[in-house]
Amino acid sequence: MPETSILSDDFIRELMNVGEVDIVVGVPTYNDAAAVGQVVQAVRAGLLQYFPRARAVIVNADGGSRDGTQELVRAASISDLNISADVHALRTLHSISTQYDGGPANGIALHTILAAADLLQAKACAVISPESTMIEPQWVERLLNPVIRDSIDMVLPVYRRHKFDGLLIRNLIYPLTRAVYGCHVREPYPSDFAFSGVLGSNFLSQDIWKQEQGRSGTELWFAISTITNRCKITQSFLGTKARPENAPTDLVKAMRESAGTLFASMETFAPAWSSAREPLEAPCRGCQPAVSLEPLRLNRKRLYQMFAFGMKELEPVFLSILTPETHAELKRLAELPEDRFEFAPDIWVRTVYEFAAAYHRAVIGRDHVVQALVPLFRGRAVTFLTQNREASAEEVESNIESLCQTFEHEKPYLLQSWNGGK
Amino acid sequence: MWQNFIRELARTMDEIVGSLGRFLPRFLEMLLILLVGWIIAYVLKVIVRSLLKIARFDRLSEHTGTTQLLRGAALPSLTELVSRFVFWVAWFGFILLGINVLGVIGIEQHVASFFGFLPRLFAALFILFFGLLAASFFSRASLLSAVNAGLPSPRLISWAVRTMIILFVVSMAFEELGIGSHTVSVAFTLTFGSLMLGLSLAFGLGGKDLARKYLEKRFGREKGEAPDGGDELSPL
Repeated sequence: MPETSILSDDFIRELMNVGEVDIVVGVPTYNDAAAVGQVVQAVRAGLLQYFPRARAVIVNADGGSRDGTQELVRAASISDLNISADVHALRTLHSISTQYDGGPANGIALHTILAAADLLQAKACAVISPESTMIEPQWVERLLNPVIRDSIDMVLPVYRRHKFDGLLIRNLIYPLTRAVYGCHVREPYPSDFAFSGVLGSNFLSQDIWKQEQGRSGTELWFAISTITNRCKITQSFLGTKARPENAPTDLVKAMRESAGTLFASMETFAPAWSSAREPLEAPCRGCQPAVSLEPLRLNRKRLYQMFAFGMKELEPVFLSILTPETHAELKRLAELPEDRFEFAPDIWVRTVYEFAAAYHRAVIGRDHVVQALVPLFRGRAVTFLTQNREASAEEVESNIESLCQTFEHEKPYLLQSWNGGK
Repeated sequence: MWQNFIRELARTMDEIVGSLGRFLPRFLEMLLILLVGWIIAYVLKVIVRSLLKIARFDRLSEHTGTTQLLRGAALPSLTELVSRFVFWVAWFGFILLGINVLGVIGIEQHVASFFGFLPRLFAALFILFFGLLAASFFSRASLLSAVNAGLPSPRLISWAVRTMIILFVVSMAFEELGIGSHTVSVAFTLTFGSLMLGLSLAFGLGGKDLARKYLEKRFGREKGEAPDGGDELSPL
């Protein structure tokens, strides 16, 4: 059983004590003591409220916390919750925790959760991020119900987010995934999601766990792999995703995890996306407007300066990645004063496609291609922030939709670049 | 007197003809060796060129920046250069073998030392090639990291990284070849040592606040803090 090799003997013993289950809810953590308690309590409440007859277990995969996260997970109990009086536990709800080696890494945590779900022969599995501090018990139902009742393979979330949150998702990951793989999933790199036991076991058997995508960006790889296998996908509106305090803002790391994984997936799944295929439906259940508008100050000036600085300093790198026309256009943009600066969607799309092709052809080290995209993304972020500064939720949605359509419209350019035509 | 002269002349002629008779087969043998050597060297060149093309050696050369350097110096591609090098080394070896067949006194020693030198030459070239590759990779990595962290003078940092690695590699290659090995090692040690001392002083004294900030950021970083503290975006 190669899939159990990641599980320690003690953890296997704990899992054996639990026995077969219907539902596994995985919570990957690393120094999340501040929030994990309330998240686990909400998960427990959701399981007891909506799946009282199901045999369920909460599995915490921890990356080596030193702030007592694991103790909090074990201690979090239903008694702390104010849920309705008619909720009764029909079965024991187990909550177990393990510390995996080689962490902290979300991919290893997911691997651990998948291996545990596979060992327990779970019918459905959900993964909940400890950063989802706005979680309500209904999230558990919205994620797991489509899998259990409608035999859906994967449920991806839709959140209500601030219009300036998730800029990389909105400007790159969502539009590129949609254009390349033909599936309109708003959160292709999910932090809260659910899937069937069968899909989890299939993914577990994939040969990715010793590669980079088995360590970071694994959730994105999982979603893309599910799309390319034409599995049944649905999206569930969960609610508001709070902008976490002290959220990780290491843009290079985020770019590696997301764009790096997406470019790598384009390499692996090239036969699937480069041929003409019907789009894959991913209906959204209970969807509501996904943009909130609270005032938020962001330093556009610094972003613009870092874009212009990157353009100037990385010229030799860009010359080996971009076509002379695109490079000249970007150089022209970088020379514009800030108030006249606009990184238009068509140039952004061409830039991203040329980067994807450069990654494919490995014109320089692939990690360097991904890192070189960071300053250009900052430029695009400036334009997004400027364009949507006064915009209503509908206008923001419309701008994102327009960007997605430009990505879709320019897909032949991607194919041409990919095949060496540019 | 005249008869003596004729006899000596005849003897000399006999000796010349005898020498020629002894030399000619060796000369023909040498020509044959040169011809066969040329053919073998040419075949080797074709094989090496094909193998390098299959292995996409030129792409590797492009990644390392070697192609740009060669283009700047109006030289052919690295694949072509390597295959030509193999051809000339092989053929030069056969030329020496051919000369050896002629039986010229003292040449055997030179032939032996040439073949003894070949492994070291290859080792030095190997070190040089992979050293240049490493220099190119690490200088680009430092350039990207410095730009993305918003550090001042990223190209200077990148140039310093490249220069240090190239210095190190060249000194290793010379040491392998046995050319001024002590001088090169001492020169490298002095250059590297003084550069490091200079940087330490500059960073430690001139930029002690920057050093403190960097160290605090590097080792005191907790979850959620950006390494550059630059972006306030929530990207994902």
